[in-house]
Amino acid sequence: MRRIRLGGVALAACLALVLAACGGGDDALEGGTQPNEQSSVTVGSTNFSEQLILAQMYAAVLEKAGVDVTVRPNLGNREVVFPALEKGEIDLLPEYNGSVLSFLQPDATQTTSEEVNTALTPLLDAKGLVALQQSPAEDKDGWAVTKETADKYGLAKVSDLKGKASQLVVGGPPELETRPAGLPGLKKVYGIEDFKEFKALDAGGPLTTSALNKGDIDVGRVFTTQGAIAENGWVVLEEDKPLQPAQNIVPIGRKDAMTDQVKQALDAISAKITTEELTKLNKLVDVDKQDPEKVASDWLTQQGLL
Amino acid sequence: MSDGPPPVLAAELIRWSWVGFHLDDIRDDLLQHIQLTGLAVLFGLLLAFPLSLAAIRWPRLYGPVLGFTGMLFTIPSLALFILLIPFTGLSIWTSLIGLTMYTLLILVRNIVEGLRGVDRDVREAAEAMGYTRARQLWQVELPLALPVIMAGIRIATVTTIGLVTITALIGQGGLGQLFLDGFTLNFTTPIVVGIVLSALLAFVADLTLVGVQHRLTPWARSRGR
Amino acid sequence: MGVVNGVLAWLTDPVQWSGPDGIPVRTLQHLWYSLLATTIAAAIALPIGVYIGHTGRGALFAVNLTNLGRAIPSLGIIILMFTIFGFGIIPVLVTLFALAIPPIVTNSYIGVRSVDPDVRQAAEGMGMRGRQVLWQVELPMATPLIMAGIRTSAVQVVATATLAAFVGLGGLGRYLIDGLAQRDLAEVVGGAILVAALSLLTELVLGRVQTLVVPRGLAERGAAAAVRAKVEKAA
Repeated sequence: MRRIRLGGVALAACLALVLAACGGGDDALEGGTQPNEQSSVTVGSTNFSEQLILAQMYAAVLEKAGVDVTVRPNLGNREVVFPALEKGEIDLLPEYNGSVLSFLQPDATQTTSEEVNTALTPLLDAKGLVALQQSPAEDKDGWAVTKETADKYGLAKVSDLKGKASQLVVGGPPELETRPAGLPGLKKVYGIEDFKEFKALDAGGPLTTSALNKGDIDVGRVFTTQGAIAENGWVVLEEDKPLQPAQNIVPIGRKDAMTDQVKQALDAISAKITTEELTKLNKLVDVDKQDPEKVASDWLTQQGLL
Repeated sequence: MSDGPPPVLAAELIRWSWVGFHLDDIRDDLLQHIQLTGLAVLFGLLLAFPLSLAAIRWPRLYGPVLGFTGMLFTIPSLALFILLIPFTGLSIWTSLIGLTMYTLLILVRNIVEGLRGVDRDVREAAEAMGYTRARQLWQVELPLALPVIMAGIRIATVTTIGLVTITALIGQGGLGQLFLDGFTLNFTTPIVVGIVLSALLAFVADLTLVGVQHRLTPWARSRGR
Repeated sequence: MGVVNGVLAWLTDPVQWSGPDGIPVRTLQHLWYSLLATTIAAAIALPIGVYIGHTGRGALFAVNLTNLGRAIPSLGIIILMFTIFGFGIIPVLVTLFALAIPPIVTNSYIGVRSVDPDVRQAAEGMGMRGRQVLWQVELPMATPLIMAGIRTSAVQVVATATLAAFVGLGGLGRYLIDGLAQRDLAEVVGGAILVAALSLLTELVLGRVQTLVVPRGLAERGAAAAVRAKVEKAA
């Protein structure tokens, strides 16, 4: 008799767990949202601190506007996260117009903001996505070296790498080897020869930072608004030939989730984000170890958006 | 170039203010972790029983089943999860399917060994007393096999608690999400919190299961364990 | 299926088998990390397990260590070590080390502990003192279990050394991480197959070593005792 009762309790507990998983429960537990609901938005982000800040900013203003928001930060890199957006597992992503264009069309050569946005619209449209208003802030991809390396090899511009690259080790995200604005681009546009070695690390993350500082790589792929640049006194090589496209911060979302209410709230932030502001915020998170959520809400309050 | 003691150690291993500020997130991560573990073990059990019974009924199946499942264990868990992504996306099912497969391996092995280990005399006695096959199973063999089966459930649960953290790399993670946050922000606090909590969770789960086992096997208690 | 073809193509592509990014180099890196970690772990764990088995002190610790060890979130450890020590091999070694120690301690302990008390008494009756009993009776009889512990450890380490790629190092895990980053399913599957194959190979090779090292008469007796001991401890 006792055994049956125990079994009954166990069974009930199990059913409760299963029901919770199958959608009755908290969205934060399940980690997703039903794609047809207009009034709820899931904001995702890829895996570096600027993304975390932007995602929290979007979430905060949307919440203020009365939208039901779930945040799923730090999901991985674009190759993993963008398909999640296409599939509807997330509804909104803070993005960079140049990078998205080359992600969707690897042979894209547009470089100015206008050109990039024009080319981007039909590509996004075909996937049920839409780019909202861009912000003036840009986070471009750059090449950084330590001050010592810059002095030793006389590096100030990207074209200075020519003839020296074969002595240097370069590091960056795994996709750097194949993306057009990465190593292939250096070869094609600048005529820079193969580097001594390529180390697959991360994109603007702790691996590249640590490796560059310790000398395990000589040249690192960085994002120009990273706090680590100033913190470590790195030299970002000047782009003296047009290779990197414009990289305005732009929210990209699923069309059926981007209601007017959502658009309005996000356009308000986009207008106010500048490259300087973004760099400052990144520093607060990267260097001072402040919380992205707090940094985001403090800035929004300052700007009168919260 | 940095020399001397690692700067992060010189600072602090845990910033308690961060913990306080993030209790909600930590709680959510913990709940997700428990949920993923519980479901994986549950589904594993539900699938393991019929598989085990089949393996006993047709002993020739057992060797290959064991071999195949043993091989699955050598596949890095991350690879298994990644393989599921094209089919189930970044949803909870990717994690659950992968986790369940691993619990399955452990449970099948223990259920079969447990049932097989039941004394032949006992089984024959039950048959002689007129017990049907089903009744034999439920009222004689399973209870006797319980210690070994419970051992399997304990191992499966603790192993899963560790594996759940890997699912952070595919959008789930439970407490593993704390590891990624700490990694991205170059900040030890969330990492330490995550490690401590998952170790605690495993400890509590294991203890609970031992307690459950004791309640379910009153006859074993008198042996003074 | 398209995926199967893609994987086969990837595995047989000669590009994969040459150069610093090739399978041979990565396999060697992978084995290097694994060997280093397992050897150092064994050097530390074996004496500890044997000591506990011989003296009986700390038995509870030894028995439960493996179970607790299973709960170690390797991803967390490696990330923590990286955050403290930065880029390099230390994070990988510490993590694999933590993984390798528990099975060796527990198995060494059980191995020494479960030596037939009659045999031990006989040895003492013959005039052997503590250390002689240890070296001439307990250790040899515990060899099957000790080897089994090292085997379990090694296989686990080889399977987990994929984490090295997560912190920017080499090894077969690179195929998983890079494949994930570039959505190249063939690379991920290829890498997974290679790791699985390497783990299996490790299991087989060490199994062979075990049969060579353990005297035949012991092998059978040791196995039965091990199973008995494990079931009793687990209940």
